[in-house]
Amino acid sequence: MSDIEDRVRKIVVEHLGVEEDKVVENASFIDDLGADSLDTVELVMAFEEEFGIEIPDDAAETIQTFGDAVKFIKEAA
Amino acid sequence: MSNSLMAGKRGLIMGLANDKSIAWGIAKACADAGAELAFSYQGDALKKRVGPLAESLGSDIVLPCDVGDEASIDALFDGLKEKWDRLDFVVHAIGYSDKTQLRGRYVDTTRDNFTMTMDISVYSFTSVMQRAEKLMTEGGSAVTLTYYGAERIMPHYNVMGVAKAALEASVRYLAEDLGKDGIRVNAISAGPIKTLAASGIGDFRYIMKWNEYNSPLRRNVTIQDVGNSALYLLSDLGAGVTGETHHVDAGYHVVGMKAVDAPDITKG
Repeated sequence: MSDIEDRVRKIVVEHLGVEEDKVVENASFIDDLGADSLDTVELVMAFEEEFGIEIPDDAAETIQTFGDAVKFIKEAA
Repeated sequence: MSNSLMAGKRGLIMGLANDKSIAWGIAKACADAGAELAFSYQGDALKKRVGPLAESLGSDIVLPCDVGDEASIDALFDGLKEKWDRLDFVVHAIGYSDKTQLRGRYVDTTRDNFTMTMDISVYSFTSVMQRAEKLMTEGGSAVTLTYYGAERIMPHYNVMGVAKAALEASVRYLAEDLGKDGIRVNAISAGPIKTLAASGIGDFRYIMKWNEYNSPLRRNVTIQDVGNSALYLLSDLGAGVTGETHHVDAGYHVVGMKAVDAPDITKG
């Protein structure tokens, strides 16, 4: 369970170049972690690759925070 | 794959977004073969991505360009002329459409989006070649990117398929006009590749799976595959080739129906 969280956090830290302790459940990719609109698409692509899952466009639009991402991936993986 | 096919050649790469981009596969193949590269980008979001990638290939020529604006294209080439007195090749990997119209029915395409899609995805290549022609004083080679959706119906590709058909036609006319000066113009019709741009196309995963199961090579192509084929067209290996749309699609374009051994796949 925490394994998924760690892997998601690692991707976010590497992609956005933010401190690990900033990547908390309610952290918004755009508002808190400095992501631009392309970053959000790239993150979704990175999650799909890492976890071998498919995140459809309408679901991707609901993934706004780190917590949203972890929740979606836990349910899909 | 290191070689010296492009030693002494200088090329402009337009349309790089990140390390998943087809333009990146081509840029890397050219750099590995000894080419000197310049890059154009549109907007700050892309600037911060293109800069580090260019640097990693030893390029410090990274210039802004909005291909929807003639003055911006002029500025790009003015900037290029300050650095280089000659240009040998151009890679055009640019297309744009409103993604809400890259799903559903083509017939619902709006006039505004049709015009914009054609302007950015088709005319930009012609406009760039108008300027490139003057800098290609020792001949040259240009490659643009297209897709099979130009020739056959692909789900959701819609107005982009119409635009790619026009782009392929413009490749032939450009080949004629510029051929007398030793400038070759070709297109690569790449199979589906998961890029940032592709993320705007509806049901793209379905298209990728279908290609994997039904292409003669039974796989999808990579940006390295496209890069290596572009190297042939951009280098002197392709000296006798112009006006061509070259398929780098694991052979999918020769297929007539579903492969007997391909599993049935359902959407989603």
